[in-house]
Amino acid sequence: MKYILEMRNISKTFGEVQALRQVDFAVARSEVVGLLGDNGAGKSTLIKIVTGYHHPDTDGGEIYFKGQKIEGLSVSEARKLGIETVYQERALADLQTLWRNIFMGRELTTALGFMDVRGMKQETEKLMVGSMGFTSAAVASDSVVRTFSGGEKQGVAIVRALHFDAELIILDEPTMGLSLSETKKLLDFVGGIKEAGKSCIFIDHNVFHVYSVADRVVVLDRGAVAGEFMTQDITLEQLMDKMYRVAQTGHLNGNGSE
Amino acid sequence: MTAMGNQAKAVSPKPSWRSDVSKLARTYGLQIGIFCVLLVIWGLFVIGAPQTFLSPNIYAAYMSTIPFFAVIALPLTMIIIAGEMDLSFPSIMGVGMVAFTNVLTLTNSVALAFIASLAAGFLVGLLNGVIVVRLGIPSLVATLGTQFFWRGFVLVVTNAGGFSLVPIKGTVLRQALVGRVGGYVPAQMIWAVVVAILVWIFLNRHKFGAHVYLIGDNVESAKLMGVNVDRTRIINFAILGAAAAFGGVLSSLEQSYFWVSLGEGYLLKTMASTFLGGTSVFGGVGTVFGTFIGCLIIGAIEAGIVAIGKIEIFGLVVKLSGFWTQLIYGLIIVISVSLQNVLSRRLSR
Repeated sequence: MKYILEMRNISKTFGEVQALRQVDFAVARSEVVGLLGDNGAGKSTLIKIVTGYHHPDTDGGEIYFKGQKIEGLSVSEARKLGIETVYQERALADLQTLWRNIFMGRELTTALGFMDVRGMKQETEKLMVGSMGFTSAAVASDSVVRTFSGGEKQGVAIVRALHFDAELIILDEPTMGLSLSETKKLLDFVGGIKEAGKSCIFIDHNVFHVYSVADRVVVLDRGAVAGEFMTQDITLEQLMDKMYRVAQTGHLNGNGSE
Repeated sequence: MTAMGNQAKAVSPKPSWRSDVSKLARTYGLQIGIFCVLLVIWGLFVIGAPQTFLSPNIYAAYMSTIPFFAVIALPLTMIIIAGEMDLSFPSIMGVGMVAFTNVLTLTNSVALAFIASLAAGFLVGLLNGVIVVRLGIPSLVATLGTQFFWRGFVLVVTNAGGFSLVPIKGTVLRQALVGRVGGYVPAQMIWAVVVAILVWIFLNRHKFGAHVYLIGDNVESAKLMGVNVDRTRIINFAILGAAAAFGGVLSSLEQSYFWVSLGEGYLLKTMASTFLGGTSVFGGVGTVFGTFIGCLIIGAIEAGIVAIGKIEIFGLVVKLSGFWTQLIYGLIIVISVSLQNVLSRRLSR
């Protein structure tokens, strides 16, 4: 299987806390990988390393993207490589307009850094009608994001991730704060990523959501990989059972005495 | 654009002017408000002291003094939008002139002296930025420290002695910076407009300005989306430093003398102009237009108070003097910051 992202032996320490311990993690082309784990298991740290926000410890492992070794990755470099993220906190600037949020950190500019404001606004209007499904006349590319509903904000974050032709899309707790219908839309959207031949890392607390869209599930516990399964090989009940056991014992199969 | 427009029409058959008005109010509310405040204050002054405010002399005077702090208030707007503060610019005005006078003495070139002063201001501003960003000191505290440090530096280096600029009175550069265009309009006013246009372009049409807004609004989001937060903040402080030096040069050339106290008294009115202009102390919000109008209002107040002389409130005669200006500037800062907070909550609903 050809991996688009491969992380080997990743360790990350914050002060005294070891957030990740020798984690191996990989994502194949057009594969949806679900990342499960309790709070503090290291899910967010792991993906923030992929996005260039955090860096692994020195000698804390290797990262390959499309077979190329990457070192000292910055967030903007990661985005240029084709890694886009929809963060748990959505990473929007509430007081700014929609178009400024869509193009945050990736403004359309000339070589001297002058912005093509009209181009960005037009692109935003297109995205609103096409991808975001905004039909309300109250919303325009000049609307301030603060006035949007939770689902609309999530829509903005997702459309932003999609717009830049990402090859790997990371969704960090994307269903948080969404209504039922919005959640369904989101899960359909994850299916769409796969069909488009792109890869996805899907992080969620909700095992049902992860199980329904992921090809493979990786379970993290206290900074280490506790196990991984192909969703086709395991029933939802078995997965739930294992998650429960991990939470209690830190192991997938044992009773904690191993 | 068109698709959106059609959809809007399909929803509500006749385009509602009400929603247009409310959209305008949302977008430009603060700017329209501040412009009205300017008109009201001007009206009061004309009524209170018609002989002064109906003569062109007062406006020539305004255009000569307002630019000294306007060229600083405009870049300060970018600092405050980014959620930072700078208290050190009054001292940087002095540092810039120390560089100016020393290079002038050494090389006898006004142009080199001018460049040196801007460069000195830029470097001192850069240092502010480095202290804030690399050492992680809150800018309010860092620049409080550098304010005293650089004021002290100016006093030590000059031995508290001033410097006459009368010998360079006839030079082309002085004419270009603070001469009288057409015998009436002070050149510094034109420079203030130029600075306003430059800052506007930077804020609204350049990546740098976009990042300034994003950082001030939500620095965590900006970092997550790959905005180079540190670099933007440092450059922001450096630009203000250069602008402060520029303001210092304008003021000193106008008076043909470099006073070592140059810059004292600028802190309050420069900040008052920025806040009055609708720049949010919480960051993420602010406009060049607002600050520019804010400068006109603040600049008008001192002379206005003195010209009116006394007012009668409910039979009580209050004698107004220059002493009142500080009180009023302070009041303006508190009121405009509070009002903005209330208004922005209303408008965002």
